[in-house]
Amino acid sequence: MRVLLIAVVAALVGLPAAADEHPIQLKKAPGLDKVEANCQACHSLDYIPMNSPFPNAALWEAEVTKMIKAYGAPIEDADAKAIAEYLKSNYGS
Amino acid sequence: MITRRHLLRTAGATLAMTAGPKFSEAEAAGANLTPGLPEGVGTVATMEALPGKKPLIKLSHRPPNYESPLETFRTAITPNDEFFVRYHLADIPTVDANTYKIAVGGDGVDSAVEISFDDLKKMPSVEVVAVNQCSGNRRGLSKPHVVGVEWGHGAMGSARWKGARLKDVLDKAGLKKEAIEVSFNGADGPAVDKTPDFIKSIPAWKALDDSTIVAYEMNGQPLPHWNGFPARIVVPGWTGTYWMKHVIAINALTKPQGGFWMNPAYRIPLGKFPIRDRFITQENAASTPITEMVVNSLITSHREGAKVIAGKVAIRGIAWDGGYGISSVQVSTDGGKTWSAATLGQDLGRFAFRPWSFDLAARKGRNTVMVNAINKLGQSQTSELIFNPAGYHNNVMQNITLNA
Repeated sequence: MRVLLIAVVAALVGLPAAADEHPIQLKKAPGLDKVEANCQACHSLDYIPMNSPFPNAALWEAEVTKMIKAYGAPIEDADAKAIAEYLKSNYGS
Repeated sequence: MITRRHLLRTAGATLAMTAGPKFSEAEAAGANLTPGLPEGVGTVATMEALPGKKPLIKLSHRPPNYESPLETFRTAITPNDEFFVRYHLADIPTVDANTYKIAVGGDGVDSAVEISFDDLKKMPSVEVVAVNQCSGNRRGLSKPHVVGVEWGHGAMGSARWKGARLKDVLDKAGLKKEAIEVSFNGADGPAVDKTPDFIKSIPAWKALDDSTIVAYEMNGQPLPHWNGFPARIVVPGWTGTYWMKHVIAINALTKPQGGFWMNPAYRIPLGKFPIRDRFITQENAASTPITEMVVNSLITSHREGAKVIAGKVAIRGIAWDGGYGISSVQVSTDGGKTWSAATLGQDLGRFAFRPWSFDLAARKGRNTVMVNAINKLGQSQTSELIFNPAGYHNNVMQNITLNA
C-alpha cells in the first residue's frame, strides 16, 4: 500500500492537489499512529477535535464501533481498541 | 477496499501537506464561532475558501463541511459563493454537464429513461425561492452535546432555484400508481466500498408537489460544484438531507427505500416535534424520518455580547419555517415577559427567509433581545431545547445580550 501511495504521489507532482487539505496535528500520545493509519482513509482528522471533549468513554467506543459496523471501515480489532483508548484519553470527558 | 480514486485524493492531500499549507491572510483569520459549541470546535474551525467560494467556516476538510458566517444572512438571498457546503462522503467527482445523465427508473415507473442536461433544461422550468437548511444546523448547540458535524447557525442558505418539476421528470418514465416513494442518488460516493452510499427517498406525494424540482440554476447561475452541479433535487420546506446534489439517479419505488441513510440516520423520535408532514412508509414505533423544517429565526445584525451605543439600535434578522409562511416575529427586551411585533420585510415566498427588523431603545449597560418567530399554522419557537440524539430541529429562541 505504502509503495503504491508513493508511486501515486510521484505521478501527481506538478498537479494541483485534489483537496486543499491542511494537516491536523492531533495530540501526541500512544495510539496516534493507529488513528492516523486508519481514520483518515475516509475522513480528515478535524472530525476528532471538533467532537471533543464532551464524549465519555462509552460514547467514543460507540463511535469507533459505528465507523466499523455502520460505515464499513476496515479496522482490525487491535487497532480499534487502540483508537478507542487514544480518543478516550485525549479527546474524552 | 480503498478505491483508486480515493488513493489519488489522499495522495494529493499528502502532497499538499509536504508542500506546507498556504494560508492567505483571510484563511488564517480565526472563525467567529457561535457561542455554546463544543470547545474542540475552536481548535479546528478556520476561515477557508474552497475553489470558487469565499472563505467560510471550515469544520471539516474531507468530506467538506463548511458553514456560512453570520454576516452571510444579512441579505434574504444567500450568494452562491457564500452558500454552505455539506457532504457525507469524501469521493466527490467533478461532473461534466456534457456527458451528465440522470437515470430515471425503479419498479414504480413504466419504462426507465435517461435524461441529459440539455433534456432537463428543455423541459418547462419553474423558479422557487427556498431555504436549504441542514437537518443538523445548530447541532453544536445541543445540550448535552451530541456527536456529528458541530454546526453553529450557518448550515443553511436561501436561494432562487430554477429547474424542472420532479413530477415532469417522472412523467417521462411514466409513474405507476403503486409508487409510494421516490429515491435519489448523487454522483458522490464513499471512500471505501463498504460505506453505504448516500441514497435518500421522499414520499411520492412530496415528489409530485409542484414545488419539488430538479434544479440546475441557483440565483440565476449554474449551481456551484460544491452545491451540486450540474443539477440537484430541491425539496422546498424540507431539510437539506433530501436535496440530493449531483443527482444521477431518480427511482420511483413501490417499496420503502432501505439503507443506513434512511434508517437509523436522519430520524427524529416520534411525537416530539410539532411536525405536519408525515413520511408514513418510513415510520416505525419509535422514530420517523425528519421532514419539514420547524419555525425558526436568527438575529443577523448583532452577535452575543456586541457593543452598541445607547439610544435607537436597529436589530435585524430573518425567520423561516417548513413552507407555511411566517406570520409574525415577536421581540422581547425583558426576557420574555412582554413582547412586541418586529416589522416584517419583503416576502419572497413561503419557503424563503423572511427579513425582519426591530428598533431597540438601548439603555446604558446591559440590554437583552429575545426573538420568537410564529408561522401561519400558529407554531412558534421553543424556549427549551427539545433534545434528540442527533441534534436536529433546534429552534430554541435566541436571547442575546447587547452592552451599551
